[in-house]
Amino acid sequence: MSARSIVSAAFVAAAVSTALASYAAAAPMTEAEAKAAVAAGKEKCYGVALKGQNDCAAGPGTTCQGTSTVDLQGNAWKFVRGGTCATLELPGGLKGSLAALTRNVPK
Amino acid sequence: MLPVERREEDFGDKLGYARAFAPALLDPDRAAPSSVSGPNGKAARKRYNVYRNNVTVSLINALAATFPATRRITGPDFFRAMARFHVRATPPTSPLLFEYGRDFPEFIERYEYARSMPWLADVSRIERAWLDAYHAADAEPLAPQALASIAAERLSDTVVTPHSATRIVRSCFPAVTIFAANRSDGPVGRIEATEPEDALVTRPHLAVIVRRLPAGGAVFLTCLIAGEPLGAAAAAALAKSPEFDLPANIAGMLAAGAFTAIHQGR
Amino acid sequence: MNEVATRPNSSASGTPRFPAHPFVGLAGTSLKHEHLPAILADGTQAGFFEVHAENYMGAGGPPHDVLTRMRRDHPLSLHGVCMSIGGSQPLDKAHLGRFKALVDRYEPALVSEHLAWATHATTFFNDLLPLPYTQATFARVADHIDEVQERIGRPILLENPSTYVIFPESTISETDFIRGLVRRTGCGLLLDVNNVFVSTANHGCSALSYLADFPLEHVGEIHLAGHAEQADDEGDLLLIDSHDRPVAAAVWKLFDMVIGRCGPIPTLVEWDSDIPEWPVLKAEAASAQAILDRHAHSLMLGKAHAAR
Repeated sequence: MSARSIVSAAFVAAAVSTALASYAAAAPMTEAEAKAAVAAGKEKCYGVALKGQNDCAAGPGTTCQGTSTVDLQGNAWKFVRGGTCATLELPGGLKGSLAALTRNVPK
Repeated sequence: MLPVERREEDFGDKLGYARAFAPALLDPDRAAPSSVSGPNGKAARKRYNVYRNNVTVSLINALAATFPATRRITGPDFFRAMARFHVRATPPTSPLLFEYGRDFPEFIERYEYARSMPWLADVSRIERAWLDAYHAADAEPLAPQALASIAAERLSDTVVTPHSATRIVRSCFPAVTIFAANRSDGPVGRIEATEPEDALVTRPHLAVIVRRLPAGGAVFLTCLIAGEPLGAAAAAALAKSPEFDLPANIAGMLAAGAFTAIHQGR
Repeated sequence: MNEVATRPNSSASGTPRFPAHPFVGLAGTSLKHEHLPAILADGTQAGFFEVHAENYMGAGGPPHDVLTRMRRDHPLSLHGVCMSIGGSQPLDKAHLGRFKALVDRYEPALVSEHLAWATHATTFFNDLLPLPYTQATFARVADHIDEVQERIGRPILLENPSTYVIFPESTISETDFIRGLVRRTGCGLLLDVNNVFVSTANHGCSALSYLADFPLEHVGEIHLAGHAEQADDEGDLLLIDSHDRPVAAAVWKLFDMVIGRCGPIPTLVEWDSDIPEWPVLKAEAASAQAILDRHAHSLMLGKAHAAR
């Protein structure tokens, strides 16, 4: 293995036994608690399970029908702001910072 | 060049009617094909537009169904316009619509009108991963006891098999918080998040879960998913994030059901 | 009831995994996941459910969980949307393999596909697109049906399309084209009565003459759905097969007539956009069931008289 394998077998073994002990002790959060934790930005380890709220979104299905909705066929379009983006406040100069958008994220 | 304009012998198309009919379906600047008409010589412009409309609207709707939080953030009108550009530039190549939209996050990243929402692409990446997890093969998550049964001196060399639903999405933005706030129909309060957030998306049983990863968690899990042993993955995570907490991450990955099997290393 | 080959050879399918629920003369509905809680709360339904095959071609997860549960308690119709049987290029072998896997896994009572195409070159258009009816396209479509039936080991029901344009190059009528396919391939037919109404209205011909020319004796399933009204370039009525509203009165009349002629055939009410609450769709299916039952009853009376 590479030079970065600075972690000893004993360290890993101790971590596993701590993990298993904490795993057994941890009580699952209720959905309400989970939402509150997310809202407060409080969750730490592995966040909380953000489930339940999105089970209805099952992705797209096929159609065997035409549609009576008529789409604009032209390319002409102007920006319309109508979503929740206005409620997002990202301090620290993140908003609008395209420079931060590089995909080779390593931190 | 559009794929529909590739040479016919590539696809065994000997008849030509589809080759004449297809190109204008996603290109509003092209005239309706001359191979079709209305009855008794009536014009076919509006009639052909029914097909054009069906194709465009149904594919925009497919993207809307895959990316509901993205759509909520932008608003429906913005989303439809953005999706329409993408549908025309990159139509699906598989008849499985739940596979569509893999290139959409990159498209959003480049979409000039979305530049004021630089986190939008990462939210859409979580949504794309969500749908992958939703359709992934069923598997029992790893029981914690499986780890307990391995001799202490072998744990460092242990390799784990990821659940087929498991995905990691890394972000320079609070993408998980923004995703979570917009994925439901509930009210979205003011979000004041500053920290970059990485997501773990998986599906231990039937419900897809999205979890925010702690420091180093994404590196640790990415190494494990790539087949590196526990010790090496922990070392990589520590190298990137000194505050990486190995016991907490092991407990977290077990609780999330992100892995299904365990193997002793070489 | 028509004698149409819809069931698999028992020898080919091995030991069944699900019960073989009777489906003769039943009405059914499209299965929409948003209706699931209401359907389950409603208790076991008398009718059958139809699903689009492509929506269950993922590896696992909730779609298969739902379909397994529904299949246990109800007859199932597996309706393919994307095979491009009417396409000018060869069938997608991988897609055909996925279709076969679903047929094997869920043992559906009915299996159907469309006389249309959706993929050209590498692009999937997600719409049922039209084809000209000529000797050359006939040969190609017949080969495709043969290939599908051979692969899945049972006959399919082929659905008549709703169309908005015609191909001047066509030399065969749609009903002759379809009859020829039945004769050549041994497939059965899925008669979409709303499609008949939409297409004949759009092409200025008579739905009654279309049905008179249609090989009704090979129909193994019927579809009903709602349609929308728009206008063509000349300002004349152009009907859209939109599946977003109740079945039109005129389509109910045609359906009644078809059932009167053929006897009770499994009939599906489709509703794919602006999907209503479950009781609304259930009521549409109940209307279809009432017509099926009325004709089944008079058929029985007729047989009783004949036996005397």
